[in-house]
Amino acid sequence: MASTKTQVPAVEGWFSLDPPTLLGTRCRSCGTFAFPREAAFCRNPDCDSTEFDEVPLSTRGTVWSYTDACYQPPTPYVAADPYEPFCIAAVELSAEKMVVMGQVVPSVGVADLAVGTEVELVLGTLYEDDDHEYLVWKWQPTGASGA
Amino acid sequence: MHPWGKWGRNFVEYGLSAARAALADAGLAWRDIQFVSGADTIRNGYPGFVAGATFAQALGWSGARVASSYAACASGATAIAAARAQILAGLCDVALVVGADTTPKGFFAPVGGERKDDPDWLRFHLLGATNPTYFALYARRRMELFGATEDDFAAVKVKNARHGLENPNARYRKEVTAEEVLASPMVADPLRLLEICATSDGGAALVLSSMDFARRHAGGGSPVTVAAVSTVTPRFPQTVIEMPNFATDSAVAVGDGLGPAFRQSIANAAYEEAGIGPEDVDVAEVYDLSSALELDWYEDIGLCKQGEAERLLRDGDTAVGGRIPVNPSGGLSCFGEAIPAQAIAQVCELVWQLRGQASGRQVEGASVGVTANQGLFGHGSSVVVAR
Repeated sequence: MASTKTQVPAVEGWFSLDPPTLLGTRCRSCGTFAFPREAAFCRNPDCDSTEFDEVPLSTRGTVWSYTDACYQPPTPYVAADPYEPFCIAAVELSAEKMVVMGQVVPSVGVADLAVGTEVELVLGTLYEDDDHEYLVWKWQPTGASGA
Repeated sequence: MHPWGKWGRNFVEYGLSAARAALADAGLAWRDIQFVSGADTIRNGYPGFVAGATFAQALGWSGARVASSYAACASGATAIAAARAQILAGLCDVALVVGADTTPKGFFAPVGGERKDDPDWLRFHLLGATNPTYFALYARRRMELFGATEDDFAAVKVKNARHGLENPNARYRKEVTAEEVLASPMVADPLRLLEICATSDGGAALVLSSMDFARRHAGGGSPVTVAAVSTVTPRFPQTVIEMPNFATDSAVAVGDGLGPAFRQSIANAAYEEAGIGPEDVDVAEVYDLSSALELDWYEDIGLCKQGEAERLLRDGDTAVGGRIPVNPSGGLSCFGEAIPAQAIAQVCELVWQLRGQASGRQVEGASVGVTANQGLFGHGSSVVVAR
């Protein structure tokens, strides 16, 4: 059944919808990436640049570690009723040399994941209200074995 | 210390009780204290943000100088450092350090209100990432990289529960079997309920003084000294995902020049200041937010090489009676976390150990102890005590 709700990102400016990518910043001086975006300062202690480019981050990575949320997280998490547990993965992005967390798509449980599993970025529903479907980035195994 | 528990009373009561006990132990009156160093609590309103003054007012305004410190789980150690610095600088002879908390039930949620620019708020809202989420990520790494098993995680809890049996300040004083731990509900795979520390009310306090003051006032016997306090920040790039962040630093600008990870650097700084190494340590109190994290700490404070923590545990080295007892107090496993009081409580335990007053859980002949903890946003601490 097609949704009549408007799809909106759950947070502005953190990811693009089409195509789905995480939006980070890259320091023009030393090349260090940041996610979430940081356009006021460079986290590199040896760099005082104030110039940054908004860049899409790699959409594929490998699982650094993973877990699940067996109990409903407290507010401000907005959970579906009844509560459905979901997995969370910390994913290593090779080009950016950083690890980014995200929920894992609902169909995947801890038994389907391993350190080294290759995943790609997709969008999924975080929560809904009467008018909107709020989207967030999620990781989805590609099916290719990286372990 | 005031015992840990869950009574929902005003945190000031617990701090006051602990402060009075510390003063009695030191044989001093409140009016003898020249500097009050409070460790703040952020879930108890304004009085918690100025804890030093709040405790000073509860004890009765005396004109003593005051500081209040917040550093997440390292708040207590930061408060100790502030008092110690005053003494070492010769600005005061004797100081009182106090921390206490009253905590909500269940998961620590972010401080109230909608704060869409606050990473600590957003990680709950966008990810549903609780504190156990992060502990579980580290636990899974141990399993996949070092062969840690669920039996190892359960064994840490069993060991600590045995230690806590004899600790009058512990909240949980009950032996637990590995079977019971492994039968407890999964919270954040692979961590189960009995492997994740609770949130607790509690209060702890210390009287710190100059060596000269201690010698003049001690009834004989050598005082326990604070040989080092480390509250270092991480070094860039932080490549291990840290609570409450969404991502690590990016290491692209650094090449292969990665230094020690944050937790290691906390203890290293303390050892360096004290002029000792991990081989000199007789007893340790580490932050077992999860029982798996205790294993990380064995490595991070240098008791063994990376990947060998399970062997230390399995050999019984870290139980009281073993080669290098860890968490003889029972640890967070038996206390739960009362954030601003916890780092102070770690030092209290080591003081009792070094004085030979830790009955039922005594590490024989302990003369050097080390604490270690880590909290959000780049906070962590390590204190070395010696006699």
